Amino acid sequence: MHPVEICKDVYWVGVVDWDCRDFHGYMTAPTGTTYNAFLIKDEKVALFDSVKAGHGSEMLCRLAHVVKPEEVDYLIVNHVEMDHSGALPELVARTKPEKIFTSPMGERALRAHFDCADWPIEVVKTGSTVSLGKRTLQFLETRMLHWPDNMATFIPEDGVLISSDAFGQNWATSERFADEVNRSLLGKQLDRYFANIVLPFSPIAQKTIETIETMGLDVRFVCPDHGLMFRTPEDVAWVIERYKELAAQKQKKKAVLVFDTMWHSTERMAHAIASGLMEQGLTVKLMNLHMFDHSDVMEEVWDAAAVFVGSATHNNGMLPKVADMLTYMKGLKPKGKIGGAFGSYGWSGEAAKDIAAWLTDMGMEMPVAPVRLLYVPTHEQLAACTEMGRTIGKLVADKLG
Amino acid sequence: MDKYECSICGYVYDPAAGDPDNNVAPGTKFEDVAEDWVCPVCGAPKSEFNKV
Repeated sequence: MHPVEICKDVYWVGVVDWDCRDFHGYMTAPTGTTYNAFLIKDEKVALFDSVKAGHGSEMLCRLAHVVKPEEVDYLIVNHVEMDHSGALPELVARTKPEKIFTSPMGERALRAHFDCADWPIEVVKTGSTVSLGKRTLQFLETRMLHWPDNMATFIPEDGVLISSDAFGQNWATSERFADEVNRSLLGKQLDRYFANIVLPFSPIAQKTIETIETMGLDVRFVCPDHGLMFRTPEDVAWVIERYKELAAQKQKKKAVLVFDTMWHSTERMAHAIASGLMEQGLTVKLMNLHMFDHSDVMEEVWDAAAVFVGSATHNNGMLPKVADMLTYMKGLKPKGKIGGAFGSYGWSGEAAKDIAAWLTDMGMEMPVAPVRLLYVPTHEQLAACTEMGRTIGKLVADKLG
Repeated sequence: MDKYECSICGYVYDPAAGDPDNNVAPGTKFEDVAEDWVCPVCGAPKSEFNKV
């Protein structure tokens, strides 16, 4: 269990979780994840963040290649969520730190998570600095990126930005740096993480990037708490630019059609709508909720201009997987979408109307009334679905050029 | 007096309670809260608040 040197005397001492598939109970992580922790060896020895419970001994083993655990002077808690704090009690017991630095909200969260009355917690705010000897720690609170306690730490002497969950990706790899892996696969995981976790806090992400730029920080290393780190000027610029696009929810000429179906009627409607959209030159993603989970869908929704949701009516309502999808999507607050609702039914037919109400409530523009049909689509009814796709496809094409 | 909700984190500003920790006295209307005041939970600016 060897540490990885990022720059002189700054080490990655985290853990790769190859087996993680269920990320925090609400999203899937098909390619695993990592819990990144960092160690700086200076006149004072500082350890940043921690790992999920059950992985503490692996982190301590890695760390022990650089210093003895009891030589750690400072712990810095940038985020209290348990994938970064689960091993903290073990770590505090083993290192007996002189101080534990955290944000004001971090202190509150630590006290609510742990029996920590005797921990030497010291609260730091945006602008607070702590000297390690040759190096300085500059703290920057990033409230709601993505919890109230989140904080980033910048080390100006090395240009290292320890960014907590910002810029993170769920990807278990033996490589530690972005320049060592396939760029498009990395981009996919960066997008998936943002779309499923950071999306509702896009304005905060934008403000944070603006703050970093206004402060004129010379960022040479971006070290998030999950996934790969960025160490070349090209990669640092790439990840910051990509985050700007994500935070702006920059749309493509793209539509997502997400649906559940009983006897393939709603599915056939989805395909017919897709054909109208494709006629107008849109990229289309057809996502049957039996094949894709809600986090797969959000990975596609964030940069889509239009979102169609369909369901057969079942017991006077929508199918349960569609209700799950809408609840999840609403919480993530996608911005500026055109919406569409559709679905087949046998007698009462509430689903498509209920879906339309949800999408309207999410602030989506709904230029076409919900399309509904009885039992099995006729040729004419499928033509009406295609027309719906064509109409909305044209609106998107006109909007995005 | 109207309550306002933070669109980022869901915190609700209640004018009756104000935000004494951040120098907003109880009884202060949202409109009268200083422009540089931010959400005490998430740090969002006033512009991110909507009337409930």
